[in-house]
Amino acid sequence: MAYTEQEVLAGLAEIVAEETGLPVDTITAEKSFVDDLDIDSLSIMTIVTHAEDKFDVTIPDDAAKDFNLVGDAVNFIVGAQA
Amino acid sequence: MSTVPEVVVTGLGATTPLGGDVASTWSAALAGTSGARTLENDWAEKYGMPVNFAATIAVKPEDVLTRPETKRMDPSTQYAIIAAREAWKDAGAPEVDGTRLGTVVSSGIGGIWTTLDAWDTLREKGARRVLPMTVPMLMPNSPTGYVSLEFGAKAGAHALVSACASGAEAIGYGVEMIRSGRADIVIAGGTEATIHPMPISAFAASRTLSLRNDDPAGASRPYDQDRDGFVIGEGSGIVVLESAAHAAARGARVYAKIAGVGLSADGYHITSPEPTGDGQIRAMRDALANAEVAAQDVVHVNAHATSTTVGDLVEARSISTVMGAAADRVALSATKSMTGHLLGGAGALETIFTILAVHDRKAPPTINVANPDPELTLDLVRDTPRGLPAGDIAALNNSFGFGGHNVALVVKNA
Repeated sequence: MAYTEQEVLAGLAEIVAEETGLPVDTITAEKSFVDDLDIDSLSIMTIVTHAEDKFDVTIPDDAAKDFNLVGDAVNFIVGAQA
Repeated sequence: MSTVPEVVVTGLGATTPLGGDVASTWSAALAGTSGARTLENDWAEKYGMPVNFAATIAVKPEDVLTRPETKRMDPSTQYAIIAAREAWKDAGAPEVDGTRLGTVVSSGIGGIWTTLDAWDTLREKGARRVLPMTVPMLMPNSPTGYVSLEFGAKAGAHALVSACASGAEAIGYGVEMIRSGRADIVIAGGTEATIHPMPISAFAASRTLSLRNDDPAGASRPYDQDRDGFVIGEGSGIVVLESAAHAAARGARVYAKIAGVGLSADGYHITSPEPTGDGQIRAMRDALANAEVAAQDVVHVNAHATSTTVGDLVEARSISTVMGAAADRVALSATKSMTGHLLGGAGALETIFTILAVHDRKAPPTINVANPDPELTLDLVRDTPRGLPAGDIAALNNSFGFGGHNVALVVKNA
């Protein structure tokens, strides 16, 4: 069963909130991981690891490297679902 | 011509089985409270673990730290950060150039929870699920690294490892950093978080833990005839060390001086103390000489005394030898009877107790000594605190560790 875009965004926002301590409702698709959420590369990789586990997808490092906005990650995860 | 700076203590911090800070820990210790309790989990049943109790931390770090902090730090680092923040605030959050501020925060074992959690994840879910923060969380220098980051300490961030002597050795090294001119202020101490089924089972396998499952609060009984091993504890103790001149210049409140450091190794056995106490005696004598204190000026000793059959008596004989005719004047305290054994945190917490004993002129009690070992000839402070004399006094804190490490620190009144 595939997750909808909204479900992925909600799930990813929970993961990001756990990692950063930011309120979950402030983590929206148009936010930049680095510029808006102040997340460093190690934290992005931590979020990717949790996201792979949660959504049962593989996110290659090359793809994760290009995640600028939260929405980029959401789109990748939605597309990567079997 | 330069003189060697005198080192004073201007801040104290702790999170322990007796309390979430120094004040609550010290008042519980003076009241003779045990921090040991039955574990609230099924480890003993699930794993056949012979010990089902420990001196667990009184205030959980998740009640004090933010969620991201608890996720990014191993529990051993969480305890150190909590204690370091308290110590720093207690010292008045001094203004200091970062290049003159150092940290020495040790752990005897390191980030064992992180190590074992990552191993579980690897086996259950594969390598791709091992978290990127695993290495910075498990490394034994993580506590000192995080404390250094928190306060911008750039003179050096060190983590000496000497098992159960680690916390005291860290403070000794911090003293040396100030004496040698590398720093004006050093945040120093120890931490440990090993109340996990693997280390408990491993210590039990080495036959060093008390098996008194039906009486956790009575299990740690240093010098009692019926002692049967130590009680594993967890937590952290941190002190702010400062050159006396720096402290005076900013009008800081001074608890006491760390006047002498003595270090030695047994070179004898990886776990057993050398039976004549030669290494312990050398550490204590070196610490006294280093402090320019005579044995007859020592009024209080906080013993390493973990409640093991052999270790307690070897140390007692060593103290008697060092004190000689002055041994009768020494009020001996074994605070692990209350806190359990904080391993890498023990030497630091007991240094804090020694500092407060000198500052408040009050030696903390030793509990659970129903029948003192007949071979103990020293004057043990039992059940209630003992007043210490007015005037200039000195006290010793002993810490020894697997590996044959011996550390003695001399504390003098300010």
